[in-house]
Amino acid sequence: MSVVEVRNLTKEFGDMVAVDDVDLASREGEFLVLLGPSGCGKTTLLRMIAGLEEPTSGEIFIGGERMNGLPPRIRKVAMVFQSYALYPHMTVARNIAFPLRAEGIDKAEQDKRVRWAAELLGIDRYLERRPRQLSGGERQRVALARALVREPNVFLLDEPLSNLDAKLRAAARDDLLEFQRRVGITTIYVTHDQVEAMGMGDRIAVMRDGKIRQFGTPEEIYSDPADTFVATFIGSPPMNLLRGEHRVVGFRPENFRPIGEFTERDIPSTFRFHVNRSEYLGSDRFLYGSVEGFDENTKVIARVPVSSSISEGTTREFGVAATDLCYFDPRTGTRLRGNE
Amino acid sequence: MSDEALAVGAPSGRVGRSFLDSERLLAVGGLTPAVVYIIALVGFPFVLAVVMAFSDVTVGDPTLDFVGFQTLRQVFDDAVFWRALRNTLVFTLVSNALVVVLATALALILTKDFKGKWIVRLLVLLPWTTPVSLATITWLWTLDSIFSPIDWFLRQVGLLEGNMIWLGQPKLALASVIAVHTWRIVPLAAVIVMAGMLAIPTELRDASDIDGAGFWRRTFEIEIPLMAPIIGVAVLFGVILSITDMTVVHVLTRGGPTNYTQVLASWAFYKGIEGGDLAQGAGTALFLLPVLIAVAALILRFARRREVL
Amino acid sequence: MTATATLEVQRRRAELRRVWGRVGLYVLAITAALLAAFPFLWSIITMFKQDQDLYNKENNPFWFTLPPTLEHIQYLFESTAFMTFVRNTVLVGASVVLVTLLISLPAAYSLARLAGRWGERMGIAIFLVYLIPPTLLFLPMSRVVASLGLLESLWSLILVYPTITIPISVWLLMGFFKGIPRDIEEQAMVDGYTRAGAVMRTVLPLVFPGIVAVIVFAFTLSAHEFIYALSFISSTANKPISVGVPTALVRGDVFFWQSLQASAVFVALPIAIVFNLFLDRFIAGFTMGAVKG
Repeated sequence: MSVVEVRNLTKEFGDMVAVDDVDLASREGEFLVLLGPSGCGKTTLLRMIAGLEEPTSGEIFIGGERMNGLPPRIRKVAMVFQSYALYPHMTVARNIAFPLRAEGIDKAEQDKRVRWAAELLGIDRYLERRPRQLSGGERQRVALARALVREPNVFLLDEPLSNLDAKLRAAARDDLLEFQRRVGITTIYVTHDQVEAMGMGDRIAVMRDGKIRQFGTPEEIYSDPADTFVATFIGSPPMNLLRGEHRVVGFRPENFRPIGEFTERDIPSTFRFHVNRSEYLGSDRFLYGSVEGFDENTKVIARVPVSSSISEGTTREFGVAATDLCYFDPRTGTRLRGNE
Repeated sequence: MSDEALAVGAPSGRVGRSFLDSERLLAVGGLTPAVVYIIALVGFPFVLAVVMAFSDVTVGDPTLDFVGFQTLRQVFDDAVFWRALRNTLVFTLVSNALVVVLATALALILTKDFKGKWIVRLLVLLPWTTPVSLATITWLWTLDSIFSPIDWFLRQVGLLEGNMIWLGQPKLALASVIAVHTWRIVPLAAVIVMAGMLAIPTELRDASDIDGAGFWRRTFEIEIPLMAPIIGVAVLFGVILSITDMTVVHVLTRGGPTNYTQVLASWAFYKGIEGGDLAQGAGTALFLLPVLIAVAALILRFARRREVL
Repeated sequence: MTATATLEVQRRRAELRRVWGRVGLYVLAITAALLAAFPFLWSIITMFKQDQDLYNKENNPFWFTLPPTLEHIQYLFESTAFMTFVRNTVLVGASVVLVTLLISLPAAYSLARLAGRWGERMGIAIFLVYLIPPTLLFLPMSRVVASLGLLESLWSLILVYPTITIPISVWLLMGFFKGIPRDIEEQAMVDGYTRAGAVMRTVLPLVFPGIVAVIVFAFTLSAHEFIYALSFISSTANKPISVGVPTALVRGDVFFWQSLQASAVFVALPIAIVFNLFLDRFIAGFTMGAVKG
């Protein structure tokens, strides 16, 4: 049984459609990521699941029960906000205890649970401090403790890492994932950072303009994109797309290599690659250029070993294995499958 | 191209650090007009007021002869002075206590969305935007001893026989002055509190919704504590307005009946202008300062301690 | 009860709470509006009442027993110097706003940018000055104004009112300036302007809501001011509304109530409408200045 499910969910703000007829179902205990650029509707979707917004139409189910019209506290969801939204005038202990007080739980039980959550997240020595005395990472843990203490059915996280320093982010990501694995609560995580999504998600829903373009595992999204948007949004650098007469062909930079590296079994397609620029990044080398036979303004990128001797200004035969090619409809951008 | 030519080309001709560039000089220059103005038109008259309080100057005898504490002793000897001092404190305390509650409630209402909000806002602002004297005159009629519409209404519903004499009965007169003060200050205080309310991040409200806080818990445990500093500012304004006000008392009761509703400000006016004894007037008004400073200091300390955002 | 049924109950309860909440909101809003405005709303009726209608304690004060009349309003405009008072108030108000801005803006900027303790101290000093009330200063101030030969002139008010408006304006604007990062003016300086020029071009426009707040506040304060006006000016031609109306329409014990109410309505409504139009800007000004400053 899926923990969270939405059916035909739509949210309109006046003329603007933020979420457009979305269907989604999560699995128990999974880490589900809503990924997309700003304004794609992911946060609105999250807020509707939380109960902070009511949908214009469609239904929301948590644990099999219909949740429309019910306030957040009845849904037994917990949410962590981008800014963590810790109550600045309360100590950490009171912050964590707040939802318990709202439920009317007695003081002794409150203290017990607060201590339990704080210890789980390693913040028990901060219980008497105020939020402004804590670092970003510590605040995140307080927010998680406050979420955890209610024993929710679903965790909802709204870009909780975007306020952190780049350096801290990696460590915080690790902490978050470990925490989620340990408590095993279904988690829905919103982000615009595809690296984060790929690294953390069990399944990812890629969204744009209020619709889910693809919903699948990181592998599926990366190697088997459903349309050109997903293909270019995921992966850094993005998938190369070449516009032909009847269709668009796509391939990832790491699959675009000198023809000599392929065997017959790969059935490689050949391209004459004109290299304009070579970029050395320490661990990788990228070659930027254009491909003959296609629009010369279309940038094509190849990832080659660092030691490669291909220099700027040369033209070489490059290839892509048949299995690594993707075809897309030139008008709609949707993936063409079957006989290519 | 020579350096000189380059310099001449730039919009400010930076050949030397001019006045307009130096941060230090600009800051001093910017402050100077304000400082000069304040010293000339506030500092100097203030000193003069103190001097007057220690002199025997009257309208008839305009020379400032030093008389030590004689004038002040005369001021203290007058029982009305003590009544005025007490009234000043009581009026301020009671009306501002009411203002805090009403203004916060009003701010809560006005920050929500509803139809007709513009009209409600307009009506609610009227007490503040009308000049004090005119607003109080309107109340004069409302509280008239014969024609008061409030009395008429109470008579119609059978709660009253005759009249209430709002401004003639000592206790009622006190209540009336307090009511008018409160009525006038609430809009301004509400606007200030609204500013504070809007400064609270919306994520905090969302978080409290998720945490299960209902309307009352959220308002009293989250919003109001976070607004405490700004409510302090609003109260401060209200306090300053009510302690230093003489217009309401002057227009409404003239300090009557028989000086029962006098406040320091109005008493100073009557002594000084109508009574002609400028020295005593100054002496009386001088006591506004310690009261003001004490109350202001208390409020500021309270507000500072609650600063968390 | 099954889980689904309890949820149904919860759902209905939540809906009810929402509905009652709305109802409560409207009730409170209307009550507040009535309480605040009822003297004016009632003044609007009163100002059209005939004398025989008004001076009869049996008659309903909230409606007309005898047909309404325009005679009192006519009296206000034709037989009193009401329009002169309005003109004076507007003149004084506008001038005071100008003086206030000219002096407060540079002062607030300086205080916001001046380093540490100095800035704090001066800020507190300015605030303390604000605490010295006109009801104390009006006595010596009369002498000062007299010796300057400005008694009976509107200039006395234009000169003195800024003492009330400047401290609060500086305080409001200071918060604003503090909120604007130095980078902006420094960028303009790199582009070649002097610091003064840079500030005027880049920072000032950003402070606009604060300026609006100051304009509204300063005008209101000077239109309200009573005691200085009362002390300095006795000739009718130079009185502003706040003292002119009471003295012109109150002869000894006789109050020209209808005209008085009319004057209150004609003055209060326009100011309130303007204030309401700028209220959001004003609040933004306060948020920046008071809350974050």
